[in-house]
Amino acid sequence: MTPTSRRLLLSAPFAIAAVGGVGFYTALNRQRTGAYNPRGVPSALIGQAPPDFTLPALPESGVEPFGSADLRGIGRPVLVNFWASWCVPCIIEHPQLMRLSREGVPVFGIAYKDKAADSLQFIRRHGNPFNRLAQDIPGRVAIDWGVFGVPETYLLDAQGIIRWRYAGPITDEVLEQDLRILLRRYA
Amino acid sequence: MIAELGHFALALAMILALAQSILPLLGAEMRNGRMMATGAPLALGQCLAIATAFGCLMYSYAINDTTVVNVVQNSHSAKPMLYKITGTWGNHEGSLVLWIMILGICGAAVSAFGRELPTALRARVLGVLGLISLGFLAFTIKTSNPFERVWPPALDGQGLNPILQDIGLALHPPLLYLGYVGYAVTFAFAIAALIEGRVDAAWGRWVRPWSLAAWSFLTMGIALGSWWAYYELGWGGYWFWDPVENASLLPWLIGTALLHSAIVVEKREALKTWTILLAIIAFGMSLLGTFLVRSGVLNSVHSFANDPERGLFILGLLMFYLAGAFLLFAFRARAMIPTGVFAPVSREGAIVLNNLLICSITAVVFVGTLWPLFADALFGSKVSVGPPFFNAASFPLVVPLLLAMAAGPLMPWKRAQLVPVVMKLWWVAVIGFATFFVALLASGQQVLPAVGFAFAAWVVGAAFADIADRTALFRTSLGNAWSRAKGLPRAAWGAAIAHAGIGITAAGIAGMGLAQERLVSLAAGESTTLAGYEWRLDSVRDEVGPNWTARRAYITVLRDGRELRVMTPARRFFPVARMHTTEVAIHTNLMADLYAVIGEEEAATGRAVVRVHYNLLAPWIWIGAAIMALGAALSLADRRVRVSAPNRAAIRAAPTTRPA
Repeated sequence: MTPTSRRLLLSAPFAIAAVGGVGFYTALNRQRTGAYNPRGVPSALIGQAPPDFTLPALPESGVEPFGSADLRGIGRPVLVNFWASWCVPCIIEHPQLMRLSREGVPVFGIAYKDKAADSLQFIRRHGNPFNRLAQDIPGRVAIDWGVFGVPETYLLDAQGIIRWRYAGPITDEVLEQDLRILLRRYA
Repeated sequence: MIAELGHFALALAMILALAQSILPLLGAEMRNGRMMATGAPLALGQCLAIATAFGCLMYSYAINDTTVVNVVQNSHSAKPMLYKITGTWGNHEGSLVLWIMILGICGAAVSAFGRELPTALRARVLGVLGLISLGFLAFTIKTSNPFERVWPPALDGQGLNPILQDIGLALHPPLLYLGYVGYAVTFAFAIAALIEGRVDAAWGRWVRPWSLAAWSFLTMGIALGSWWAYYELGWGGYWFWDPVENASLLPWLIGTALLHSAIVVEKREALKTWTILLAIIAFGMSLLGTFLVRSGVLNSVHSFANDPERGLFILGLLMFYLAGAFLLFAFRARAMIPTGVFAPVSREGAIVLNNLLICSITAVVFVGTLWPLFADALFGSKVSVGPPFFNAASFPLVVPLLLAMAAGPLMPWKRAQLVPVVMKLWWVAVIGFATFFVALLASGQQVLPAVGFAFAAWVVGAAFADIADRTALFRTSLGNAWSRAKGLPRAAWGAAIAHAGIGITAAGIAGMGLAQERLVSLAAGESTTLAGYEWRLDSVRDEVGPNWTARRAYITVLRDGRELRVMTPARRFFPVARMHTTEVAIHTNLMADLYAVIGEEEAATGRAVVRVHYNLLAPWIWIGAAIMALGAALSLADRRVRVSAPNRAAIRAAPTTRPA
């Protein structure tokens, strides 16, 4: 073995450790920004703008509909919540959405595969937390977003980039331990 | 007051560690005897200071001091005193203090028992230990202060995770830490050798007891953890290839390789660079385990707090120690010129093969554990690496390892011939094949368990053949063999016993390949059959403990209509933590475990879900591990370890020209 190749060989452990260190550092950083969560369900859309869409309003609700254009550059973090009147966990998470809405956090709702009359009855009975409300009866937009099922919530930052996705009801715990921290971080 | 005293003691320990990491190292470099001599008292003082801090924390737990945040978060007044005390290290902060305390004890041991070490080497070892201690003390004080107060005091603690209220788990972390920290000492020896630019047989002899002790403790720690998972989690399994289990297996594997290659350094002055590298990696793997468990980058049942900030700090420490060591290695390892040459077929050759295979297994476990993390964190793709991968990838490596470990001890150093080795082992091979066919027939043609049994017989038989060969058991009279056996070095006995332990564990694993289980819903009085036993559910009753309530099932096990035993598995409910735990009932006769778990009860029908297992040879897994640890301990008691080589020590201690 020549001295040069021997020296290269002896430096290999250092090089491997350095590469590993950079890898771990990146992993930790992405964990801090919420792009990587070892316990969460991943989303391909994290770190990206939402897919293009326009959706109609929920008739007689009196709430403006929204499309992807309306999510761009609101200047503050916004929640996009997929829900349906036929979904029981949506009733569980509803008080938390109401609370957030009262605190002034913009919550945009998409009624997913739901009859307009049923959706309407749901928000009349339980209250309307949604600043904007659209309906996605065929469920196409939900497919573009990669929605697993309702309820499912996305957090977009001030620039309209998706930062967090939660599949399942936003319980009190999720709200306190995850969502509030994220809202503060992206405020 | 006590908490403040503990906090102060931690700070004091850090100052002492700072001094310990500068003065002896500098003194050794400047050949200043007085500066070098500061190492021992500083190490002793540091050990005392950390022990004080740990004692203060333990006291806070014992009196359930609810003004200490750490106690509030992890303890509760209703907990039995034993678990209040073991709760001291059942959390992130407390376990760190325990870790550092063990490191401090090791430092004190080096300074107390290492009197025959050359002054400069001892000073450098103590200096490196001080540096490690310094980093972890800084980490504790900066990010994980266990003595933080809360005012007004909480009414009571928030309870400890009930799964952790178990004596097996109470002892599992200290044993693991003893192992991890032992590798900090071998690491310190490796760094000291790199700084000096010299490794010789005497160095190998000094490192040996530390690597033996570390390996022994780590073996027991891992076995205890596996046993705990077996009886507490109630899944009937003993190893789940969980990332954190793997994290403890990695230093064990590297430590096993180190244990063997250090012998070559000691006996033959070869494999020096390689041994130094292994010593660095063994400690690196211990640190990696610490990082993975405490940073929350992995999803595991074992994780402590999920705090990326802490993760960043540990990563910094990991990189500082590891990258620093590797950098030193890259520059200084060329000075390690091997003096002993050997043929490929020889004891050294067998150990090289052992090292290659073990390192390959390590690579498999390493990649399998970390690849999902990197794939997810860096590329955003979810990959799942499960037991099938680990089993499939490690099996082809374990087979040649078990084959070779039988032959290695029978080979002479330097140059060996294969034929005599084969002549000594042919009857063991016959037994192995016979075991295979018997197991194949008895198990109903299950090939893999039969292979496992064959290798178990092979390894145990070879360990016996090794001792028989050394005592000339079949070549001379029995009396002669007996006197030879008494004269055999304890290290030889230790090696043979540890190897036999591997075989016994292998038999246990093979036996678990034939385990049977059944999940049934039973009403009181109904029964089910499994493995020739009749299991009859008699009743399910309420029970009340100090901090839990439970539903306990009474299951009578019958064989051929005769009552054998009443098994009483339970489901405990801890109101404070609002958690359920399963209390498995295990009845063992050392050849097999009867294992029963009670699950949910159906309120409407009064039926209970009962899971029963018949685990063939399950206890052998942990008995084998205990035998391995015992073998290492026996080797540790060898005369050659206790009495160091005075000649070489004298030569080294004498002032020589400074190595380049």
